[in-house]
Amino acid sequence: MAKWNGNRSLEVLTLELESEMFAVEALHVREILDLVPITDVPRGPPFVNGLINVRGKVVPLADLRVRFGMEMKPPTIDTRIVVLELDLNGDPVIVGIRADKVHEVIEVAASALQEAPKVGMRWRPEYIRCIGRRGDDFMVVLDIARVFSAAPHEDANIDAPVAEQQAAWAGSESLKEH
Amino acid sequence: MNASDPDQVFLQEAQDLLEQLEHSLLDLESTPGDGDLIDTAFRALHTIKGSGAMFGFDAVAAFTHHVENAFDLVRKGKVTPTGELIAVALAAKDHMRMLIDQPANASASAGDTILEDLQRFMTAAIGSASEERPGGEPVATEQTVWRIRFRLPADAMATGTNPLLLLDELRTLGEASVTALTGGVPSLEAIDPGLGYLSWDVTLRTDQSRAAIEEVFLFVIDEMELDIEQIATDGDDAIPPPIAQSDDDAPLKFAPVPAARQNPGGETRETKSVDTIRVPAERLDELMDRVGQLVIAQSRLKEIAAASNDAAMKSVTEDIERLSLELRDTTMGVRMLPIGQLFGRFRRLIHDLARDHGKNIELVAVGEETELDKTVIERLNDPLIHLIRNSVDHGIEDPATRAASGKVPLGRITLAARHIGSGVLISILDDGRGLDRARIRARAEENGLFAPGARLTDGELFQAIFQPGFSTAREVTSLSGRGVGMDVVKRAIDGLRGTIDVASTAGQGSEITLRLPLTLAIIDGLLVRVGRGRYVIPLSAVEECVELSMEEDARSRGRNFLNVRGDLVPFLRLRELFNATTPPDRYQKVVIVSAGDLRVGLVVDQVIGDHQTVIKSLSKLHANIKIFSGATILGDGAVALILDIAHLVEHGQRHEERLKAAS
Repeated sequence: MAKWNGNRSLEVLTLELESEMFAVEALHVREILDLVPITDVPRGPPFVNGLINVRGKVVPLADLRVRFGMEMKPPTIDTRIVVLELDLNGDPVIVGIRADKVHEVIEVAASALQEAPKVGMRWRPEYIRCIGRRGDDFMVVLDIARVFSAAPHEDANIDAPVAEQQAAWAGSESLKEH
Repeated sequence: MNASDPDQVFLQEAQDLLEQLEHSLLDLESTPGDGDLIDTAFRALHTIKGSGAMFGFDAVAAFTHHVENAFDLVRKGKVTPTGELIAVALAAKDHMRMLIDQPANASASAGDTILEDLQRFMTAAIGSASEERPGGEPVATEQTVWRIRFRLPADAMATGTNPLLLLDELRTLGEASVTALTGGVPSLEAIDPGLGYLSWDVTLRTDQSRAAIEEVFLFVIDEMELDIEQIATDGDDAIPPPIAQSDDDAPLKFAPVPAARQNPGGETRETKSVDTIRVPAERLDELMDRVGQLVIAQSRLKEIAAASNDAAMKSVTEDIERLSLELRDTTMGVRMLPIGQLFGRFRRLIHDLARDHGKNIELVAVGEETELDKTVIERLNDPLIHLIRNSVDHGIEDPATRAASGKVPLGRITLAARHIGSGVLISILDDGRGLDRARIRARAEENGLFAPGARLTDGELFQAIFQPGFSTAREVTSLSGRGVGMDVVKRAIDGLRGTIDVASTAGQGSEITLRLPLTLAIIDGLLVRVGRGRYVIPLSAVEECVELSMEEDARSRGRNFLNVRGDLVPFLRLRELFNATTPPDRYQKVVIVSAGDLRVGLVVDQVIGDHQTVIKSLSKLHANIKIFSGATILGDGAVALILDIAHLVEHGQRHEERLKAAS
């Protein structure tokens, strides 16, 4: 495995999704919330299909499971919302992500970081910043801004909501039978 | 912005003054002889020069000084403000703005050219004027002795008027002897060091006219008491001695309170300047934000009170509700600005565009006093510029074409604004050639927007010009006109939660109507439930709520029309649109909403009630979802989405039109 090309250590927040260990850089993390009431966004992108109230601000809530092709599961007592501050194409955006479990903030030494392998990964390589070692375990350090700004095909239909909506209308009104 | 930064204060003030200057110049073009306008322009120039020098904007001060000198001739009536002169003066104004805003980019040579132009006008005018000087005013070199008595308002020094400078200025006119009248000075313990108690008696021997003396007091004349009398002309050696101090107050009969009572006009101006304060815009935004949070907290309280039996609690809650609503209205009122401010900017635009295109165009503004939230006004600027530019570019014909089609050569663009309900209607009307339906259609079919030969309403057809890319097609714009950046206009108006309607009669002109909400911050909403989700419908769009009975529901299957007192209204099942999975309520409700003249019914599970809706915009990640215009926070802290009625109605109506076309 190639060495991670960065020579600095990274401070990350570790979280769990489907028993996989992920990490996001701590500098993006604003706060961690217990599960709050989530408002669905009908016809919204599947990846960011909710809204939450974070101290009077309306914040979009994303579910990484969608991006990583994991099965959707109802929340448990351990489910947390990690509120992140990201820079999306130059604009600061506050978003929440759902985690099955949030562990801790740790500093990972540069020597414990390595580049993601080109093959054999379950996750799309563009979402991954590097792989970190923590004891005997590995964790996937996410390139979280990429995860949000990339527009993979599963969201593509949202880019044409008008056409989609019209189709829905026509369907809902069952005109053709008339 | 730091309000106490003197440079910022100057920049602010200069912006206002430049605007004032531009307005008076433009007004002056239509009424060249208006002395008040000339004075206003002159005062603006003078103040910019003065404060510019004071705050170290030397380039501004120096340039303005020359312009002021030239304009002084206009003020003295030696030069008539012609169209050309106004054009140069406007250019000078622009250069001043440049010097103030971006001193680095201001080119000295451009400034010199403007000054040369000005100079040319002035010398030409003076040459001819000197021969035909009217004999009325005694401007002769003959020496006259004047007795000038004046008293400044007590707080004059607080507003920056220094009596010593006025006296110095009088001395420059001729030989003056000055006496201070101390009769108004109170006893030592009663003196307020910030006030001026003295009045002045000046005997002045000069060859200048009365007007020249009055000019010394130009900036304070409305607020002060001034008495100028001619005592003797030259040769009359008997200059009366200055009035003895004992009869101080007798000749002038100074009122104990030196107010501008003699001049009611001056009085109102005084009141205005005292009652207006300048507040940084961001503080207003902060205030609005707090009020928004208060309104959210209040609706939470209301929910708690509704569940309680405590009468005292209920009554306090009602008080708080009333107060927070009043506070909301007051705060929104503070942010309201008359749209005339915006219209004013376009006068210049039209003036310049018409000149460039060799067209004669007048601008008529109607309803300039209509008030809108400042954010809305700011964001209207660009779309309106686009629309006006289009009207001038493509709508209004050149004078020859107009004459040929039997129109008056002077084209007219009317900007009108008025309130309707809780919104504002702004229309841009021109009497030009109108939109070319055939061209638009051809182009739209070419772009695949419509099927060839499809039956279209005017509304549908004209919506095509708002399609991105459509507008920039050169062959269309050059032939039939319209549409440079119309998609940009559309987007901006959508962003303001507004709608655009286009109407046009070939050969007679077109009218573009914008409907806009008064404010972007807080609206009255109707809270409804669809499935498990709660949504807000802007109350301003709601016409009525009716029940969708089971029978009607069953009958309407297949054809989604509702009979509302004889009118067929298409409706939409929000449950289907939102993919609600819970079983529908037994008695579904229909909320009938309208946007413009179009109506559509929205079928919901439950109408919960009215809700003070503090609008939060959706993030970039949800920018693509057109059926919601924003979100809000409900009393229980949950987030609810706000429906974009214009978008829904557009869909419902388009659908209906298609049905009609098909039947």
